[in-house]
This record gives sequence, C-alpha cells and structure tokens, in this order.
Amino acid sequence: MRHIISVLLENEPGSLARVVGLFAQRGYNIDSLTVAPTEDATMSRLTLVTHGNDQVIEQITKQLHKLIEVVKLQDLSESAHVERELMLIKVKATSNEQRDEVKRCADIFRGQIIDVTAKTFTIQVVGTSDKLDAFIEALKGSAIIEVVRSGVSGIARGEKTLAL
Amino acid sequence: MTSQNTKTEMLSGAAMVIRALADEGVEYLYGYPGGAVLHIYDALFQQSKVKHVLVRHEQAATHMADAYARASGKAGVVLVTSGPGATNAVTGIATAYMDSIPMVVLTGQVMSHLIGEDAFQETDMLGISRPIVKHNMSVRRPEDIPYLIKKAFYIAQSGRPGPVVLDIPKDMTMPNERYPYQYPETIKLRSYNPTAAGHPGQIKKAVTALLKAKRPVIYAGGGVIMGQAAEELTELARKLNYPVTNTLMGLGAFPAADRQFVGMLGMHGSYEANMTMHHADVILAVGARFDDRVTNNTKKFCPDATIIHIDIDPASISKTINAHIPIVGLVKPVLSAMLAQLEQKKAQPDTQALATWWQQIDGWRTVHGGRYDSDTPVLKPQAVIEAVSRITKGEAYVTSDVGQHQMFAAQYYQFNKPNRWINSGGLGTMGFGLPAAMGVKLNYPDADVVCVTGEGSIQMNIQELSTCKQYGLGVKIINLNNGYLGMVKQWQDMNYESRYASSYMDSLPDFVKLAEAYGHVGIRVTKPEELEPALEKAFAHKDQLVFLDIHVDPKEHVYPMQVPGGAINEMFLSKTKRT
Ligand SMILES: Cc1cc2nc3c(=O)[nH]c(=O)nc-3n(C[C@H](O)[C@H](O)[C@H](O)COP(=O)(O)OP(=O)(O)OC[C@H]3O[C@@H](n4cnc5c(N)ncnc54)[C@H](O)[C@@H]3O)c2cc1C
Ligand SMILES: Cc1ncc(C[n+]2csc(CCOP(=O)(O)OP(=O)(O)O)c2C)c(N)n1
Ligand SMILES: [Mg+2]
Repeated sequence: MRHIISVLLENEPGSLARVVGLFAQRGYNIDSLTVAPTEDATMSRLTLVTHGNDQVIEQITKQLHKLIEVVKLQDLSESAHVERELMLIKVKATSNEQRDEVKRCADIFRGQIIDVTAKTFTIQVVGTSDKLDAFIEALKGSAIIEVVRSGVSGIARGEKTLAL
Repeated sequence: MTSQNTKTEMLSGAAMVIRALADEGVEYLYGYPGGAVLHIYDALFQQSKVKHVLVRHEQAATHMADAYARASGKAGVVLVTSGPGATNAVTGIATAYMDSIPMVVLTGQVMSHLIGEDAFQETDMLGISRPIVKHNMSVRRPEDIPYLIKKAFYIAQSGRPGPVVLDIPKDMTMPNERYPYQYPETIKLRSYNPTAAGHPGQIKKAVTALLKAKRPVIYAGGGVIMGQAAEELTELARKLNYPVTNTLMGLGAFPAADRQFVGMLGMHGSYEANMTMHHADVILAVGARFDDRVTNNTKKFCPDATIIHIDIDPASISKTINAHIPIVGLVKPVLSAMLAQLEQKKAQPDTQALATWWQQIDGWRTVHGGRYDSDTPVLKPQAVIEAVSRITKGEAYVTSDVGQHQMFAAQYYQFNKPNRWINSGGLGTMGFGLPAAMGVKLNYPDADVVCVTGEGSIQMNIQELSTCKQYGLGVKIINLNNGYLGMVKQWQDMNYESRYASSYMDSLPDFVKLAEAYGHVGIRVTKPEELEPALEKAFAHKDQLVFLDIHVDPKEHVYPMQVPGGAINEMFLSKTKRT
C-alpha cells in the first residue's frame, strides 16, 4: 500500500543522506521525496512517499525513528490529510487546433499556462499525484516534451500536527 | 552570563580531544598515527591520563576497543588517521555495529578546505561508515569538540548501544589556536531520547501470560549481557523455574552450570534448546533479536508460542517474528518490574504443567546432549574446549574468531558469568579473536584471557603478536588447528559433495616458531595425552603469551546443525543422524 510519511529532521549536514541511505540500504522504496527547511530553520520537513506491506511500513517508520536526527514523524496515510504535488509540463503546441486542445485540457485540470512560445506551452498543475497522472494521461495525444514533478507534500487535516 | 570563570582553560582542538577523553574517564585509546591526526598524537604525548596502545593494523584497534566494551559495558575508544587508517577501521566498526557494541571512533580528516578535492589521504569516512554506525558526525568548529565528544559517548552508550564515528579535519586541531574548554556533564537532544522503563500495562500483561504458561521458555540474548541484567534474569528464571536458552551473544546471561539451562539455541544450538523452543507455548525473549541463525525458517518458527519480547529497540520487535506482547525498554528495569509484580501477585506458575514440561525437556537432553566421538586417537576440538573450561573453572574471558572453533567454544565452554564470552556474532569477523583478547587482557590484567581460534582466522591479525609483546599482554591462544577453513569445509561436505574449493590451506607457518619469533612461548600439541600438561603449563605462565598450536581432527563437524529451510527443531545430529 502507498504511504505518505512526514518527518521532522534536524537540519544538519548529512541528515538527508542518512534518510536516503536508510532506504537504499534496507531495500525500501522511495516513490517521491520532498524536503525543505520549516519556519524554524534548524529543522527540515520531509515528505516521503513509499509503498510496502504493513510489516515493511512498520519497519520503515521504526528505522526512521532510530536515526538520531529524526525529531518526529507521522504516517499521514493513517488519518485524514491533504496532499499536494506540483508539476511543470512542457508540451509541443504548434497548430491552432493543438494549442486550443492543450488550453482546454489545462482549464479542466485548473492548470496555469506559465510560459508560451510559438511552438510550446508550459503548464503548471497542482494537485494530488493521481490528478497529475491523469493530466499527463490527458495530454498523451499532444507531444509532451518535458515533465517535472515536485514530489508530494502533505499535512494532516484538522488539529493533528507534526511539530515540536 | 555574569562573570566568566577566570579559570576557564584555553586549549587547542587537539588538546581538547584528549582532555575530553580524560574527563570522560577513558584510560586507554587504541590507535595508529598518521598525518591527519599528528596534532592529536602530540597532545596525547604531553599528558599521562589517557594511555595509547599502538596496534599493528587499525582493524585490531577497533576490535580491542570493542572487546573492552563487551567486557566492561563501557565504550571503547579508537583513534586513526584519515584515508587508509580510517578504511582499515571499517571492518571493526561494522563488527561492533552488528553486535550493538558501544564504541567511539575518532578518525582524522584532511583540512576542511581540502575536503572534496580528492586531497591526499582523503576518504569520505562519514559516507563510508554511515550504514555501519549508530551515528556519525564531523567537527566543523574546534570549540565544538568537547560537546561532540560528549555527544558521541552519550549516543554510543545509551539506548541500543553502537559505534559512533567522529571525523576530525586536521585544521580543527591546530596546536596554536586555543579555545575555552569545558566538558559538558550531560547532554540532552530533542531528537534522541530513548525510553528506559517499559510500559507498565505491557509488563503486567507479560507477567500474566508467563504465569499461565504450561510450556514456557526464556530466550535471552546479547541485550541481557550489554544491559548488565544477568542477575535479574537469573533471579526471574529461578523464581519461575522456567528453562532458559541463550543466544550465541547471550552466553553467560544465565549460568551454564545451572540445571535450568538448556544450552544455546539456533543453527548450532543444542538439541534440547531447539526442541524446547519449538514446543513452547510462551516464549519470553529478552534482549534477543530473532536472528535468522536462531529462527531457521521463520514461517515454521515456534507455531504454538505466545511471544513476549523485551527490547530497547522497537525495530527489533516484530521485525522477523511477530511479538504478541512487545515491551520496549531496557532489560534491567523491565525485568526488575516483572520481578516486583511476581512478588506482589503471589501467584505461582503451574507447577504440575511445569513438572511435565521438565520431564519432556530432560528426555530431550538424553538424545544428543553434546556428545561427540571421544575415544579416537586424534584429538577432538570439543575435548580441547572442555579441558580449557575445566582448567579455568569456567571463569576465564574467552574470545573467539569465526568458524567451527567458535561454535565448539560456544557449545563446550561453561560460561557461568556474563561479559566473559567475547565473539563476533552478527558480522562473523575472522580476525576478531586475538585483538579482542588483547583488549580484555590490557584492562583485566589479572584475569585469564583465552583466545580460541583457528589456523585460518589467526592469520588475519597475526601481526598483533608484536603488539602483545610491546604491552606484555599474556593472552593464551588456543589454535584449534585443523588445517582447513573448517566451517567452509563442513558446508562443502554437506552441500557440495566434499569439493573443497579453496578451503584447504597449504604452507601454514610453524606457529610455534612464529610465536617464538615474536618473543612469546609456543607449544605444539598433536596427541590427546599431551593436551592437559600443555594447558597446565600454558596457564602457569601467568604473564606470558602462550601460543598453543593444537592439531585437532580435520574431519570433525559441528553438530547439531539445523536443516536448511526447516523449523528450529529440524537438525542434523551427526554425520549420519538427523531429526
Ligand atoms: C558461524 C556462526 C554461527 C552462528 N550460529 C549461531 C547459533 O547457532 N545460535 C545463535 O544464537 N547465534 C548464532 N550466531 C550469531 C548470530 O548471527 C547472531 O549474532 C545472534 O544470534 C544474535 O544474538 P541476539 O539475538 O542475542 O542479539 P544481539 O545481536 O546481541 O542483539 C541484542 C538485542 O538486544 C537489544 N538490546 C541491547 N541492549 C539492550 C538493553 N540494555 N535492553 C534491552 N534490549 C537491549 C538490541 O536492540 C538487540 O535487539 C552465529 C554466528 C556465526 C558467525
Ligand atoms: C573476514 C572473513 N572472511 C571470510 C569468512 C567466511 N568464513 C567463515 S568461517 C571460515 C573458516 C574459518 O577457518 P578457521 O579459522 O581455520 O576456523 P575453523 O572453521 O577451521 O575452526 C570462513 C572462511 C569470515 N567469516 N570472515
Ligand atoms: Mg581451521
């Protein structure tokens, strides 16, 4: 099953390498990983998407906890949460027909066209990973030139927090 | 801050390293010098509190420190230079990591401004050691050194112990740059705060389950040894009259001479230990990690058992075998809490069920019982260990290398006290035995320290015979010389129709002459009747290293041995017999 794990990490040199190394070393999957400092610059917030059976996920959270620099962590998938991913996608759009089609598609997915040339559109889409997948699928007809995705960021709904 | 303490000392980074070690109470530092750590060595030279032991290869320094930790419970400390010095220490760090041994390793590093430039003797030691340490850090400002050293000891020794590497760039130790020195008394980290006491509710549940058991067993591991809880474990076991089995790492946690002890369990465990485990209805696992050398096929593992698991590391719990009653905590306080509850409850174990259970266990004891073919003209390795055990009254520190000899030592030496059996279980590092014996002997000069080894393993760190001479380390080396990489040969006998691919060593040195060349005593034993007198003679040489080159049966196998892929109770009992 897919899990989204949020981690508060001491923002120290090498701490990210430790997290990534753990996954490589123990053969866990990383589907996506985002990391950046929080409002408190001494801490980073990391969102990690992984998949595995319950036993594997349990080991992942336990092993992450063991890392000295991991302050706290939460398996977001265990309760209500919001997840978002940002995608920038560059597509070929030369004929009028093609350009209209891409624009229509972008509208449907609430994407924004953020760069235009005579031959290309660059569109920004934000949403769940599924939504971004669906957008790529929808554009399969047009020529996709380049896709860049941020990886998932997530946060628990309501009162639940992951903070010091 | 009001007034600065006028006596605040100003020290160089190099001097701080050594002072911090002294303030931590470190007596010995094991290491080898080189360019990146010369400032530190100079600081070492200018004081006398911390003594340095110069090994002949950095790997030996790590094993010495590691063995000191296994014997004393306190972290051993290593100092090596950058590059090759640091990489030579890697095997020793991994050895300590796999067995959860506290150790602090100080590695030199090139000047900060050269890092990343493929400078002379630069290796990314943080990167290399990351997967085999509990934690690693590097010094970025000289004034942080006291804090970082305190932190290294704190992390290494608390919770589930393990090695910590501190990488020190040379420019952090400049002799002419001085900084205020103060050694922190305690450390508090917001991100690391291991629990000690177990959850009271879980402990209660565990005690209830234990008292209800009809076929109980206590399975104790290295956590009891390193957690200094052998006394509590023994008290609990005796109070309940339950059988006890120890892992390879747990030998000595419960006295081997006790009737309740059924022997080691696992791949080369005793028949009765493995049978007791398999048929148990409640297993109390204490500081043991259900290693694959213990469980054999996890799918067939102890089908009827309710498993209570006490471990400080949540990741050890339900990793390979699901625990029904997990207790996260240090073994010592958890066992004490269990004892207190037993006291309160006044409830008794089911004595009738227990009597039947013991009857069954005693029956199993008669099946194999550690017997080996003893009336042969060739000397049997098992007989050698039994003799050593007898002569040292089961009280020596016994270190070991890796192979058949290790298993014979584990099976036939009677370990009645904790912290006396010192071997590499998790990594299985050949070359561990001699340096380990040295580390123990240096710190316990009055104790008998025996290194059980094989002609293969001993050659992996034989150069340390020189270090032994320099520091007068009178360890007794029991070289069970079978002329083969015996453990490999055994597998080849059993699985490869005796095709001995590279398991025979030709051109072995004359170990007696070799020992003499290093300035020690060498004795060769080739016949059974020579054994006892040779051992008596060896142990009479109190302060001298004696190398006993004992020629044993090259054909001997270690039994019992679990059948691959089978349950824990499926074993080969001899070359011709299996369960
Ligand atoms: C040739 C060879 C053959 C082997 N055959 C066998 C065999 O037949 N039988 C066998 O048992 N092993 C055997 N081994 C060793 C095996 O590989 C493992 O090293 C061993 O089984 C692990 O022992 P353990 O479970 O006691 O765990 P350890 O590695 O000692 O781990 C200790 C556990 O206790 C926990 N712990 C540590 N301190 C505390 C504390 N204070 N409080 C609470 N918990 C704590 C740790 O988190 C860890 O989970 C063999 C090794 C070799 C090289
Ligand atoms: C450094 C290292 N290399 C290889 C091995 C694999 N290995 C395990 S036991 C063994 C044979 C050991 O031979 P010896 O020391 O003579 O002991 P014996 O089994 O003959 O008693 C080998 C090669 C190991 N454990 N460690
Ligand atoms: Mg051999």
